Amino acid sequence: MEMLVDVFLLGLLVATAVAISSTKDLFASIMLTGLYSLISAAFFVLMDAVDVAFTEAAVGAGISTLLMLSCMKLTGQYEPKPHRHRRLLGLVVVSVTGVLLLFGTLDTPNFGDDHSPIQDHLAPHYLTKSMEEIGIPNVVTSVLASYRGFDTFGETVVILTAGIGVLALLGFSPKRQSDDLDSLVAPMHHQKILRVVSKLLIPPILLFALYVQFHGDFGPGGGFQAGVIFAAAIILYAMIFGVHVARQVFRDGAIRLLAALGVLIYGSVGLLSFLSGKNFLDYSVLSDTPQHGQHWGIMLVEMGVGITVAAVMLIIFFTFSARVDKRERDGDENQRQ
Amino acid sequence: MSALLHYNYWIVILLMMIGFYIVITHANLIKKLLGLSIFQTSVFILYISMGKISGGTAPILYPGEHVYSNPLPHVLILTAIVVGIATTALGLALVVRLREAYGSIVEDVIQQQEQEDQR
Repeated sequence: MEMLVDVFLLGLLVATAVAISSTKDLFASIMLTGLYSLISAAFFVLMDAVDVAFTEAAVGAGISTLLMLSCMKLTGQYEPKPHRHRRLLGLVVVSVTGVLLLFGTLDTPNFGDDHSPIQDHLAPHYLTKSMEEIGIPNVVTSVLASYRGFDTFGETVVILTAGIGVLALLGFSPKRQSDDLDSLVAPMHHQKILRVVSKLLIPPILLFALYVQFHGDFGPGGGFQAGVIFAAAIILYAMIFGVHVARQVFRDGAIRLLAALGVLIYGSVGLLSFLSGKNFLDYSVLSDTPQHGQHWGIMLVEMGVGITVAAVMLIIFFTFSARVDKRERDGDENQRQ
Repeated sequence: MSALLHYNYWIVILLMMIGFYIVITHANLIKKLLGLSIFQTSVFILYISMGKISGGTAPILYPGEHVYSNPLPHVLILTAIVVGIATTALGLALVVRLREAYGSIVEDVIQQQEQEDQR
């Protein structure tokens, strides 16, 4: 039965991917990419990867689609069909590579095999020892925030760097006049139903983000997911009530500071354990018992991740939408001239 | 049933090749990024499929004897997804800048203009 769902979902993924490849309308392709992410999230649930599914649903189907759409708005909706010889050449290259890779799968362990090499070394240790070493039920969180905490630190820094990169590329446009801001009306502001429903939805979404943040030790969730969900609530507000209104609360300076603050919290926890005579990010010294220390460490580190992810997502969204606004205003001026 | 033992890996390769095809044949830069994200997701599916154990459950411990799927690929892919969106955003920002500089996001047009500028 499980296999049947597996076959079905993967088949659906292939169909969506083919549709993405063949449509010329970028708007359709981007919406299909959102669908593709949602289907793959369902597939991850089937594969027992609940944390991954959670992240993919929030990131892939939500934020990523939104960013692609804002980018499309800035650059145009249609694309030319690729030349014939190019398609043919592409098909040849892809087929050859594909066949070689298929040849490689002949040696891979069977799907679902519990004696394949991947199940042999680290995983049993994590699954049997993590309860006594770390003391929290969600093994994914134990590995993410404690065993491989250094990795996650690096990834948080990568996210901050990407935020800085987007700001460097698009952020520092000429200053706008303040009266300009009031003249901007959100395109969806007159949609009464959206306004009422979003007002009802935003507080529960924020609350849910906090739940995901602090419940990550016991169930699926954690800083990455919570950060994205938190940012999604703010973005929903910004889309319906106007980006400039949201930016009055989440000021540019403040969210830039928060993005760095998250990494700072993470690094400080590592430094603290370092200075207490243990390895970098070995939390066992943070409290009187090692297990208690691990709890503190994981909570602080996840908080750092959550803050950075939420802030960077907001930075990226605000930067893109500021560009869209600017483009529209420039367009208006050109028409007047 | 034995035909299905490598089914997931075949689909991974198929998806990966579709993504690869989009990246090398389409000239539109946003489309290329879409292809890249399909490629990326196929890698996610590969990792997660490898960690699955038949009859296993999600790696959240609870009392009693249970078979859990491998948590390690989950951790790697979870962070990869978030890093993936951050890098995609960077790529999109570059696309916007290219459009402002060249007035087009079609690879051929950009290359043509670049060649004309060099002359």
